[in-house]
Amino acid sequence: MKPLQDRIAHHVRSIPRSGIRDFFELVVGRDDVISLGVGEPDFSTPWHIREAAIYSLEKGQTSYTSNLGLLSLRQEIAHYVKGLFKVSYNPANEILVTVGVSEALDLVFRALLNPGDEVIYHEPCYVSYNPSVVLAYGVAVPIQTRVEDNFVLRAEDVEAAITDKTRAILLNFPTNPTGAVEPLEELEKIAALAIRYDLIVVSDEIYCELLYGGEDGMSPGHHTSIASLPGMKERTVLLHGFSKAFAMTGFRLGYSCAPAVLTEAMMKIHQYSMLCASIMSQQAAIEALRNGAPEVERMRRAYAQRRNLMLKRFAEMGLPCFAPGGAFYMFPDVRKFGLSSKEFALRLLQEENVAIVPGDAFGSAGEGCVRACYATAYDKIEIAMDRLAAFVGRLS
Amino acid sequence: MDALVKILQKDARLTPAQLAERLGRSEEEVSAAITDLEKNGTILGYHAVVDPERAERGHVSAWIEVRLTPERDGGFDRLARRIARFDQVSSCYLMSGGFDLAVRVEGEDLREVARFVSEKLSTLDGVLSTATHFQLKVYKQSGFSAGEGENDERLVVSP
Repeated sequence: MKPLQDRIAHHVRSIPRSGIRDFFELVVGRDDVISLGVGEPDFSTPWHIREAAIYSLEKGQTSYTSNLGLLSLRQEIAHYVKGLFKVSYNPANEILVTVGVSEALDLVFRALLNPGDEVIYHEPCYVSYNPSVVLAYGVAVPIQTRVEDNFVLRAEDVEAAITDKTRAILLNFPTNPTGAVEPLEELEKIAALAIRYDLIVVSDEIYCELLYGGEDGMSPGHHTSIASLPGMKERTVLLHGFSKAFAMTGFRLGYSCAPAVLTEAMMKIHQYSMLCASIMSQQAAIEALRNGAPEVERMRRAYAQRRNLMLKRFAEMGLPCFAPGGAFYMFPDVRKFGLSSKEFALRLLQEENVAIVPGDAFGSAGEGCVRACYATAYDKIEIAMDRLAAFVGRLS
Repeated sequence: MDALVKILQKDARLTPAQLAERLGRSEEEVSAAITDLEKNGTILGYHAVVDPERAERGHVSAWIEVRLTPERDGGFDRLARRIARFDQVSSCYLMSGGFDLAVRVEGEDLREVARFVSEKLSTLDGVLSTATHFQLKVYKQSGFSAGEGENDERLVVSP
């Protein structure tokens, strides 16, 4: 018999294991670890949202839904997106409810790409961008963003990467793992490029409610979606979901907003693979959109306080880090200690029992930095910062 | 300093230094603000929120619905304050609806609470009637869930 390993499809074999997984295995089983390595909210889903899911089960709502998702949910999404992004989508044919933004990413590339088509994306980035493109037989073309430049994606770098095979640009602002937000003037230049070279923009805006505006970072801030810029709605696939702002990661619920033709193509794949997102998650999401805003703001303020704590403590211990404008991650620069990201993270874990994620897990552009997530209780972050300060003190 | 009050209502044990860090103020400003809040009666006091089922000694609580005759001057205030002064009374609120005062009474056992109601409370001039409801189990107290907590079930490292 041919070895099983040889039967794995070539494009699947080519995908490396996630660096996050490697590090996860080092952390698991250790006692007394404070983990700043988690990429999801520490809050449970607000009770009124959980209660809506329970109510839906009690009422016997256990069936499939429309492939696109419940119409009432799509209507709420249209209303919410209009308020947040100032873009109108038709709930009948421009909104698709998916199993998390992850599924939507998979759908959009499968719908758009022919073998060999290129997608430009920015690193460091969320771990599944590159594989999502490769699994759709596309070629993922990374652009490095730099710590010296606060991880802003520069339009000139995008333009330099465009070839006659480029089909799409994938954006993620605020960014996991850096917390970077894109300045409006740069976003406008990227939009202009998309129009000039006739490219589709796929914009993952999952962290857009978690912004830290004002001098003290406590104000809600303002998010501009590239879909709202002139001429962009017709070439943008806007991806959003409930996981981060509403603390609903386990509900696995996201959505795409895109022109009807693209939505229809994505829906075709979704229809034959996933069929629909779970109905109780959809019912919970309706409640989240109708009544969840105060809880979202309560959680955002809690993140803002923790972000300020980390910024202050990093500055005190001499760990360079730019002030991230969104998400719930800090991405400090550890190069001055003469260790690689991996060495720094590993020694911090071994010597002080604090877990952070090496930056190179998010692409080679992340080397030299580490990701510390502040979706962890304030008092735990206080202890983690004491431990980190002790560690950094020994390195200096 | 609404934000300060909100934090203290959840955790009054935070030191001025910790509060200052959370609020982005100086330690001195926070200490002064707390003193002001205590002086002007915004902060009435501090206590631990205890699950009575886990507290060691025997403990009984009851809510007493009290109906009163209001007075020409001051309505219910004089009598309500008089009732509130008893050591056995831990809370006392004027309510809308079918009765006037909700009085929370704490004691060592049923008999102590019953004696307080029959001998002290219901014998007061102006008290028309009382209805005593003994508390059987605590599910949530002052914002804290009793009995069961929620564990952090997240993976220790995730993307």
